[in-house]
Amino acid sequence: MLLRAINLKGGYEIRSGFVKAVDGCSLTLSEGEILGIIGESGCGKTTLGKLLMGFTMPPLKLLSGKVLISDIDLYSYDLENRRRFWGSLISMVPQYSMNALNPTIKIKDFIYDFLKQHKRDITREEALEIASVRLKSLNLSPSVLDMYPFELSGGMKQRVVIMISSLLNPKILICDEPTSALDVSTQRVLLELLYNMVKLEKIVSSMIIISHDVAAISQICDTLYVMYAGKIVEKGPLDEVLEEPLHPYTKALISCVLTPEERIRRSRITGLKGAPPNLLNPPAHCRFAARCPLAFSKCKQAEPPLMRIGNREVACWLFNGDER
Amino acid sequence: MEGARGLMAEAIYALRSSPRLMIGVSIFSFYVMLAMIGPLLYPVDPRKPIFEHLQPPSPQHPLGTDVLGRDVFAQLIHGTYYSLKIGFMAAVIASILGIVIGGVGGYFGGVIDDLLTLITNIFLCVPTIALLVILAAYFRVRSEWIVILLLGITTWPSMARSIRSQILSLKVREFVDTAKLCGMSSLKILFREVLPNMLAYIVMYFILNIAIAIVSEAGLSAIGLGPTGIISLGMILRWAIVWEAVRYGAWWWFIPPGLSITLISLSLLMINDALDKLYNPRARTTR
Amino acid sequence: MSILLRVEKLTKIFTAGGIFGSKMRVVAVNGISFECREGEILGIIGESGSGKTTTMKTILKLYKPTRGKIYFRGRDIWTIPNKEYYRHVQGVFQDPYSSINPVYRVRHLFDNIFDNLLEDVSLDERHEILSEVLDRVQLKAEEVLYKYSYELSGGQLQRVLLAACLLVDPELIIADEPTSMIDASMRVTILNVMRSLREEEGKSIIFITHDIGQAFYICDRLLVMRKGKIVEEGSAEEVVFHPQHPYTKRLIADVPKLGKKLILRR
Ligand SMILES: Nc1ncnc2c1ncn2[C@@H]1O[C@H](COP(=O)(O)OP(=O)(O)OP(=O)(O)O)[C@@H](O)[C@H]1O
Ligand SMILES: Nc1ncnc2c1ncn2[C@@H]1O[C@H](COP(=O)(O)OP(=O)(O)O)[C@@H](O)[C@H]1O
Ligand code: SF4
Ligand SMILES: [Mg+2]
Ligand SMILES: [Mg+2]
Repeated sequence: MLLRAINLKGGYEIRSGFVKAVDGCSLTLSEGEILGIIGESGCGKTTLGKLLMGFTMPPLKLLSGKVLISDIDLYSYDLENRRRFWGSLISMVPQYSMNALNPTIKIKDFIYDFLKQHKRDITREEALEIASVRLKSLNLSPSVLDMYPFELSGGMKQRVVIMISSLLNPKILICDEPTSALDVSTQRVLLELLYNMVKLEKIVSSMIIISHDVAAISQICDTLYVMYAGKIVEKGPLDEVLEEPLHPYTKALISCVLTPEERIRRSRITGLKGAPPNLLNPPAHCRFAARCPLAFSKCKQAEPPLMRIGNREVACWLFNGDER
Repeated sequence: MEGARGLMAEAIYALRSSPRLMIGVSIFSFYVMLAMIGPLLYPVDPRKPIFEHLQPPSPQHPLGTDVLGRDVFAQLIHGTYYSLKIGFMAAVIASILGIVIGGVGGYFGGVIDDLLTLITNIFLCVPTIALLVILAAYFRVRSEWIVILLLGITTWPSMARSIRSQILSLKVREFVDTAKLCGMSSLKILFREVLPNMLAYIVMYFILNIAIAIVSEAGLSAIGLGPTGIISLGMILRWAIVWEAVRYGAWWWFIPPGLSITLISLSLLMINDALDKLYNPRARTTR
Repeated sequence: MSILLRVEKLTKIFTAGGIFGSKMRVVAVNGISFECREGEILGIIGESGSGKTTTMKTILKLYKPTRGKIYFRGRDIWTIPNKEYYRHVQGVFQDPYSSINPVYRVRHLFDNIFDNLLEDVSLDERHEILSEVLDRVQLKAEEVLYKYSYELSGGQLQRVLLAACLLVDPELIIADEPTSMIDASMRVTILNVMRSLREEEGKSIIFITHDIGQAFYICDRLLVMRKGKIVEEGSAEEVVFHPQHPYTKRLIADVPKLGKKLILRR
């Protein structure tokens, strides 16, 4: 087991209270695994990613829980000392990061600055050598090193950002919405790159991909986690979850995926009405109850725990499994 | 009502978070108070000689008297009032010209823009003070309104230019297109949709214009082309120069008006600068 | 079905840079012709930069065409007064944050529409009508009307903008990526609203997107654009199941299908 997160609780301290963006999430990741986290906007995916990194900059705060990577207990170090794991042990490609590249700095200078922060005595030549080797192994042209970010297309920028995040050979790479804002062809190239990094080139041992686009990430994931309003409501091997989603929310999410297939066109799919609960003050019962087409009396009385059903776990009162 | 309270809260927040704004506002308010309630608290006629020439400050005459035996403090009060009034009114005229010329040119583009930009550039190239001097010399009697008008029509060009470039960047934002789809006319869109986005910017420029006009008025007065028949801070300085106050060592005569002009314009510049940092349009609109 | 909108040999070239410096010249739309019939949903798909938005803005009279003509019900659109045209043709722009004036509350947008296009609606009726149109896009009036754009999510704003279209009740709506920020589960609901606009009220919609799945779900016909040109045109089924142009073939092949593993292309 490469990474184990146990019952993470955390969120944002704001004037009107505490936003419980992650409320009791556990996660395991093994060597060579690509894990996908899906859920709609605002459900806490990014926050979970930050907590797994130990990136608790105010107003983000961890309330309880543990993150173990290999045999390192991440939160036994304070924020300052956790920094040294970033980039080398665990790395994150933030949402919209491709737009965050400084437009006035060449890619190679950015890489040099980045590497210098971790290896003080690295020379310019060494840095560029590392970068061009990495570019080659990922089928990218080394000529991007001499370019400015504004000369690159969106897809190219995203690939460069991911390449840079992997330069220090982290064990785990977390990608937050890597494919949104890209068109299908660019998206496909990017997914190939991510797949290569883990499965073929083994540049990183494992990867966590956060997305709201089920269809896109389902192409390369091994395991799928479904998040709703700060909680993980279902997890399991990708094929099983897609084949036969258990949780009503997973079902809705998957049925709303519009692909160019005959069945899509003939039917009239019904989406979900309403919005997720406010995470400042979430209900004490099932968080999906207000929108769930299958809700019954018990749903409004208590919060369903994650229960094991075969290879999977699901948090819904429709199922009776071993409580975890 | 809710809006007014919001504005108050915003103002208090702004003052708290910027010491520079605090200092600027304090100094400026002091002078506004001096001009407004000074004449009530110190009802001395600034023109009436009291036959005690060049008296240094004393309890009766807090800033002494000038060579004609007139009370300098009373002059300072009235001078501040007229300087502020001239500065304010000239800034109003300059800002209206700047907004209309820069706004219309930038928004409509094409030939209108080329023409207005040309005019703006011509005004920008001619040294303002030279133009002022020539125009002012043309009038024998210069009432305060003539001076206001002259200052107004020489101060607008730089504002017009910045307003134009702001508009150029605003007009490509899609809310302008949305407004068009609502069937609004171009002028209505310019004044109702685009310009309100520049309110903070316009206020800042207005403040700057006041400072420029006050200093220009002082400059004009110092060389004898100021308003005739009224007392402004510049005019007090002018008399002090003409009557060689420095040679008499009558510091109470020339230091107070000089210092006041400096402090008023400095305080306005401080306010302008602090507002710029607080309400930079870019910082305001990004999420 | 009669033809509502006809675009004839439309070309739009953007030029920048003046007398000095090199003149930049971008051919955004290059001689395209197509028509939109009454009561159909026409999809325009294509990668980013292919000229979709430019086409839309030219149809909405926001850009003057460099060459070519556009006819609405047989009339050259430039001969139709703006107010009249915008009562019949409305649009939703791609970026919802930039589409709403940041200095006003959302309500201001609707009031602009009432003041300029719907003069016969009395002040008292406004709120009720607004609640109705907002309800159709799953929004509550009190949730959005008195907020500023930066206080709302992208998905909420996109629905506000669609509601503004519904308020005008035009014959043709041109929507540029109108669901890009709406979550998948809500997105279907919004697409259904557009479907029923066509099915129940006979409206026409030009739906611009780069998401082929969405286009396939609601469109009758599809146009595929690439580098300012239309490379393929046909019924949605034809284009998706039997693409002719190599570009379309690749585009369709790259669309992720749920659970289909990535086949590496080397
Ligand atoms: N800096 C912050 N301060 C306060 N609340 C925040 C902050 N960042 C996020 N939140 C809140 O935390 C919750 C989860 O946010 P998060 O960004 O993790 O969601 P997400 O699933 O990544 O959504 P998206 O797909 O929109 O990015 C939301 O309710 C959000 O409003
Ligand atoms: N206002 C403009 N000025 C200059 N070039 C533009 C402008 N709008 C679009 N373009 C250019 O026109 C081409 C087509 O753009 P656009 O219609 O926005 O594509 P899409 O909507 O398909 O992404 C692009 O090359 C773009 O850079
Ligand atoms: S617990 Fe009840 S409300 Fe919650 S998802 Fe299951 S059936 Fe629906
Ligand atoms: Mg996120
Ligand atoms: Mg576009």
